[in-house]
Amino acid sequence: MFPKLEVKGLSYSYHTMDGETQALSNISFEAAAGEFVAVVGPSGCGKSTLLSLICGLIAPDEGEILLDGKPAPKDSSGIGYMLQRDHLLEWRTIFENACLGLEIRNRLDGEHRRMVRGLLDAYGLGQFEDARPSELSGGMRQRAALIRTLALEPDLLLLDEPFSALDYQTRLSVCDDISTIIRSRKKTAVLITHDLSEAVSVADRIVILTNRPGRIRKILPVSFEDGVTSPLERRNSPRFSSYFNEVWKILQNKALAGEDSAAGGKGVRDEAE
Amino acid sequence: MKQNETLAQQEFVARQKRRQKAVCLCRILLLLVLLVLWEVCARMEIINDFIFSSPFRIAGCFYDMLMDKSIFLHTGVTLFETLVSFALVVVIGIAGAVLLWSSKSLSEVLDPYLVMLNSLPKSALAPILIVWLGNNMRTIIVAAVSVAVFGSILTLHNGFQSMDPDQVKLIYSLGGTRRDVLLKVLLPGSIPLIISNMKVNIGLCLVGVIIGEFLAAQAGLGYLIIYGSQVFKMDLVVMSIVILCVLSAILYQGIAAAEKKVEK
Repeated sequence: MFPKLEVKGLSYSYHTMDGETQALSNISFEAAAGEFVAVVGPSGCGKSTLLSLICGLIAPDEGEILLDGKPAPKDSSGIGYMLQRDHLLEWRTIFENACLGLEIRNRLDGEHRRMVRGLLDAYGLGQFEDARPSELSGGMRQRAALIRTLALEPDLLLLDEPFSALDYQTRLSVCDDISTIIRSRKKTAVLITHDLSEAVSVADRIVILTNRPGRIRKILPVSFEDGVTSPLERRNSPRFSSYFNEVWKILQNKALAGEDSAAGGKGVRDEAE
Repeated sequence: MKQNETLAQQEFVARQKRRQKAVCLCRILLLLVLLVLWEVCARMEIINDFIFSSPFRIAGCFYDMLMDKSIFLHTGVTLFETLVSFALVVVIGIAGAVLLWSSKSLSEVLDPYLVMLNSLPKSALAPILIVWLGNNMRTIIVAAVSVAVFGSILTLHNGFQSMDPDQVKLIYSLGGTRRDVLLKVLLPGSIPLIISNMKVNIGLCLVGVIIGEFLAAQAGLGYLIIYGSQVFKMDLVVMSIVILCVLSAILYQGIAAAEKKVEK
């Protein structure tokens, strides 16, 4: 059986008048169905570029992206993308915002309307259907944004630091919320984050990238005793800090040793500047 | 009054209200003082009321034109021309800005021309327009449109470009096209910008209409001003200007009211 998502030898460069910047180099990893993969790495290592590539918003220079063993469809159907900020549109109600994707794909019929209502009810937004986004708290807004994504019934969810715009307390509980929802719906998810503790608390597998150009540093499987998946519970587990330290060390090592030959050395210089 | 308001809060509110009333009163007083001063100076022959007119003479002139109903014709013509040119400017402005937004190459090619046309004094075009289009209302409307439309396109296009790129990403990630970006995010998100642009345009259209009427009209407030000054009926000139003031204020307030309605 094919893994849900398979990324093979992905490379991508940005071109500007000032020159070429390689963002990603030879990235390969996979995610099994229902798996939660976190991608961590220093800022500017091309994490967001990776998601744009998987979503099909940009085309890779080299390599391929397979969904269920087949090349990803051009129209990014089957893939849901959550951005850093919720981007709920202020001139729409929460219900209308949640229906945005369906509306764009011309699939907004009675049945789907009912489904969106059901999702809003299930995740505590039922009474805010007709509210404007500005009337909601940061956590509720992020939940509404998740429902907007889930309404299209994607199998694969891409999360681009979806909690980074929230304050710390909200962030912990929203992260718990969202990851529990995603797990309970058995979705495959790729989460981009620069918060190591967040990665350890949600992921089944952590992909650690190097400095620009992002290469795979290491892929670290994460498993907790009794298969605990709730981020808040994981944070209380003794294994949490050992995983955290391991990820930390892997990231640190590279910066200190300046491995990865020429590219790694360049990365260290970049950081020093 | 709310029940749980403290005394300090009540005092604060009362003070603010008193202040607002005082400002309002001063505004009216200022107008009255100016009018009285003007009238008195005219009566005491400190100024020549044949040249400077006077509030009573203006009121008399207004009354006469009200009686023979000619005032409605002239005000109506100017109002009609202004509204038609305003509607055209809004439609062409939005359409032009969307067109420029939809093609980066087109906007880059046209940019210097638009900037040049925008800074060109449009009154310089009026004589050409008369020759091309004739001595009629069409000329006036085209003149008024030309005053406002280029700035309108540039302002809206600039606003469109400052849109959050992540919102575009959102639409694409939901499987949308550029058309969806336009209809779901760009236009609805630009309504405040479009309305503030309309506020500027209504004034510019009035300017354009008056320029047009100065040169090519048989009716309208601009025509009255030119005609009045040629036959030395200063009462007529000043009265037309007063009506223009009121007209522009009403038009502006109309858009401001629409803005409030949209904001709700």
